[in-house]
Amino acid sequence: MTDLTLDQAGKTKSALVSTSTLQKGVAFVVLIALLVFFSVFTENFAAWNNVVNIMQATAVNGVLGVAVTFVIISGGIDLAVGTMMTLTAVMAGIILTNLGMPLPLGILGAMASGAVMGAISGTAVAKLKIPPFIATLGMMQIARGLALVFSGTRPIYFNDTPNYGLISPESSLALLIPGLEIPNGVMIMFIVAIIASIILNRTLFGRYIFALGSNEEAARLSGVNVDFWKILTYALSGLICGIAGLIISSRLNSAQPALGLGYELDAIAAVVIGGTSLSGGRGTILGTIIGAFIMSVLTNGLRIMGVQEEWKIVVTGVIIIVAVFVDIMLRRRA
Amino acid sequence: MHNTSDTVPLISVEAIHKSFPGVKALVNARFDLRPGEVHALMGENGAGKSTLMKIMTGIYQPDAGEIHVGGQKVSLSDPRTAQALGISIIHQELFLMNHLTAAQNIYIGREPRKGFGMFVDEARMRADTAALFARMKVDLDPDVEVGTLTVARQQLVEIAKALSFNSRILIMDEPTSAINDKEVEHLFAIINDLKAHGVGIIYITHKMDEVKRIADRVTVMRDGQYIDTLPAVTTDMSKIISLMVGRELADATRATGQGGDVVLDVKNLNSGRAIRDVSFSLRKGEILGFAGLMGAGRTEVARAIFGADPIDSGEISIHGVTQAIRSPQDAVRLGLAYLSEDRKHYGLVTSMTVGDNVTMASWPRFTRSRFFMNDARMREAANDYVQKLRIKTPSVDQETRLLSGGNQQKIVISKWLLRDCDILIFDEPTRGIDIGAKAEIYKLLQSLADQGKAIIVISSELPEVLRLSHRILVMCEGRITGELMGRDATQESIMILATQR
Repeated sequence: MTDLTLDQAGKTKSALVSTSTLQKGVAFVVLIALLVFFSVFTENFAAWNNVVNIMQATAVNGVLGVAVTFVIISGGIDLAVGTMMTLTAVMAGIILTNLGMPLPLGILGAMASGAVMGAISGTAVAKLKIPPFIATLGMMQIARGLALVFSGTRPIYFNDTPNYGLISPESSLALLIPGLEIPNGVMIMFIVAIIASIILNRTLFGRYIFALGSNEEAARLSGVNVDFWKILTYALSGLICGIAGLIISSRLNSAQPALGLGYELDAIAAVVIGGTSLSGGRGTILGTIIGAFIMSVLTNGLRIMGVQEEWKIVVTGVIIIVAVFVDIMLRRRA
Repeated sequence: MHNTSDTVPLISVEAIHKSFPGVKALVNARFDLRPGEVHALMGENGAGKSTLMKIMTGIYQPDAGEIHVGGQKVSLSDPRTAQALGISIIHQELFLMNHLTAAQNIYIGREPRKGFGMFVDEARMRADTAALFARMKVDLDPDVEVGTLTVARQQLVEIAKALSFNSRILIMDEPTSAINDKEVEHLFAIINDLKAHGVGIIYITHKMDEVKRIADRVTVMRDGQYIDTLPAVTTDMSKIISLMVGRELADATRATGQGGDVVLDVKNLNSGRAIRDVSFSLRKGEILGFAGLMGAGRTEVARAIFGADPIDSGEISIHGVTQAIRSPQDAVRLGLAYLSEDRKHYGLVTSMTVGDNVTMASWPRFTRSRFFMNDARMREAANDYVQKLRIKTPSVDQETRLLSGGNQQKIVISKWLLRDCDILIFDEPTRGIDIGAKAEIYKLLQSLADQGKAIIVISSELPEVLRLSHRILVMCEGRITGELMGRDATQESIMILATQR
C-alpha cells in the first residue's frame, strides 16, 4: 500500500517482461545457433533445395503444434491431434475420391470432421469431467480406429482430383515471384499461425483461453461459461488438425490411414520447446512455430552430417528436456 | 491430579515470542501441561493458538523463549525432535494416506523389517497395531483401508499413531469438529483412559460445553498473548468468553441500519451437513454480517447461493422472483457477486493484468462484434475504476499478482461493480490485508451500501462484523443460531451464539 510496495512492484514487473521475452528469445537463439552451426559445418545445409526441404518438413508439425498450443494454454492437453489429422485426411479422400465431390467440399469435410472430433473431446473434458489426458487418449484411439475402418485400411489416392497438389507441394508463390519456391503447405502453416496468433491475442475467445489456463475456478466464479469455451478450444484444435490432414495428404497425394500415431508427441514437443507452459496460462504461437523449426532443422542437419538416424531421436529428446529446464530456471529467477 | 505443587510439568513453554513479516503472532506466550490432565487452549481465530502449537511440535522456531520437556530445557528444532520427545499432534485436518491400511499408516516411514531389512515385517506391524487398538479399547481392524473409515475412526487411527511413538504429550486441534455426538462420547472415554495413564492432553476447542466436560484447566489467549489460566469446572463460561474477547470495541463509527426493499430472500436452504435449514433476507442498502467460528457453514451458504456448489433443497428469490441458480453464470446474470476470502485462487487470475481482471466478468461488453477484444476501451474502463477506488498500481497493464492484498481486493470489487452487480457477498473481505488498507476497504463497503448495494459480510473477526454490519446473523454447525441488530450486538453476545451447539 505504501510507495515502497509500488516501487518493488515496478521493478519486479520489468524483470518479468524481460523474462517472458527471453523464453521466446531462448528458442529463437537456439534456432539461429543451429542454422549457423549446420551452415558452417556442412556443405549442403544452406542450399535452397534443402531449405525448402526443411520448411516442407516443418509444415505438418507446425500446424499440429498450433492446434495443441490452444489446448495447452487453456490448461489441457490434446493427444489426439496426430490421429485426428489422419482421420480428416481419410474423410477428404472419401469425399473427393470415393464420392467424387468437388475439392472445396473435401477441404470443408476435412476441417469440419476435425472440429467435430475436437468438440467431442472437449465435451468429454468439460461436461463429463474426464481428465484431458484420458479423454484425448481415448479420442486418439477412436480417430485412429475410425481412419482404418473408413478407409478399409488401404490408402486413398487423390488421382481423380488433379488440383489436390495445390494444397501442399506446389508453390503458388513461385508463380508470383519466380525462384521463391516456397511450397503452399508451408505458406498455409504461416497463415494458420498468423490467424491463430490473432485469435489468441486479440479476441474474446483467446482471452478466455488464457483465463481458463491461468485460473479456471476464478473464471467460473466470474460468471464465465467455462464449459462452452473449453469445448470450443478443443473444437478449434480439431479444425486445425483438419488443415494438417489436408497438407499431409496433399504432399503424399494420398490419405494414409496407418499414419498419424506419434505426431502428437512431436507437436507437443514443438510447443514445449517454444516456451509454452504445460500447466497452462502462458504461451505463444510464434514460440511453437520456432519450436517446430528447431526440430526439423535438427533432424535435417544431423542427417546431412551423416549422424545415424537413431541418434537424431536421442538428440531431440535431450533438446526437449533442456528447453524445459531453461524455462524453469528463467521462471525461478523471475 | 490437582496436587499441583510438586508435579513436574510434561511440557512448559515460557516467554515465547514469534513474529512473521508484518505480524507479531506471539508476544510473551506461555503454557504448561501436567501429567494426566486435559488442558484446554481457547481463543478467537488468530489469537495465536496454532502458532504456539506449531512451536511446541517443532514446526516453527520461536524468536525468543524457553521450552522445557519433563523439566529439561530443550530445543525443538524440527518435528522429528518433538516426536522423539513424546510430543504428538492430531490435526483438525487428518494426515492419513487413504489407500493404505491402518497399520501401514501408523508405522509409515518406520516399518518393522525382516530378511536383512529387505522386507516389511507385516505380521509384526499388524500385531503391534492390534496391541495399540486393544490398549485404547477400540474395535478396529489393523488391515482396514483408512479411506473406508469414518472421520471419527480415522481420528482413532491418528491417536493410535501418536501412542505408537510413546507420546506423553498429545495435542488435539478441534477433535470434535467433524464427528457426531456419539463419536464424541467415545473420544472422551479414550481421553479419560489416556489421562489415567498419565498422558497429558492439550485440547484446542471453541466449544464451551466440551471444556466443561473434559478439561481440567483452561488457558485463554488473545492477540498472540497469554491472558489467564483457570480451573475449567469452577470458572463461569461467560468469564472465559469475556477473557477471549477482551477489550470493548474502541470504535465509534458503528453502522446504523436502514431498510430498503428485500433484494435477496433465502428460504430453508440445505446442503448435506454443512448447511441446515438456513433462511434469511437481505435488503437494499443493508450490510448483513455473518458471524461464526471457522467451519460454521458461512462460506458454504455464500457459495450455495452463488451457484458455485449444489444444494439439496431451498428457495432463493432475487428482487421478489424465485430463481433457480445452477451456476455462477446464473448468479452473475442476476446481479449476484461472490468475493472469496481466497482471492488468489477464486477471485483473480493473478497472471493477467489489472485491466483484464477488472473487466473479466464483463469481457463480452468490451469487444467489437463480440469477437475482437477492444483493449483500448477495456483499459479506459479499468482506469476509471483504478481512480474511483484508488487502486495503487503503476498502470492497468500491471500483472495482478504484483499488487498488495488491499489493492487486489479492490480489483475484485471493481470487477463486480463494472458488471453492475447489486448483491455483493464478501467472504473475509480483509483477510491478508494490512491495517491501513482495512480501514479503506471498510469505508468502501459502507459507501457501496449507501449507494444502494446490498452487502453480505462474512467475517471471523468480530470487531469487523460489529463495525460494518447493520444486522448480524450468527451461525454454528450449519445452522443460524441467532440474529442481532448491529447496534445491540457485542462480541460476547456473538460468541455465545457462535458456540451454541
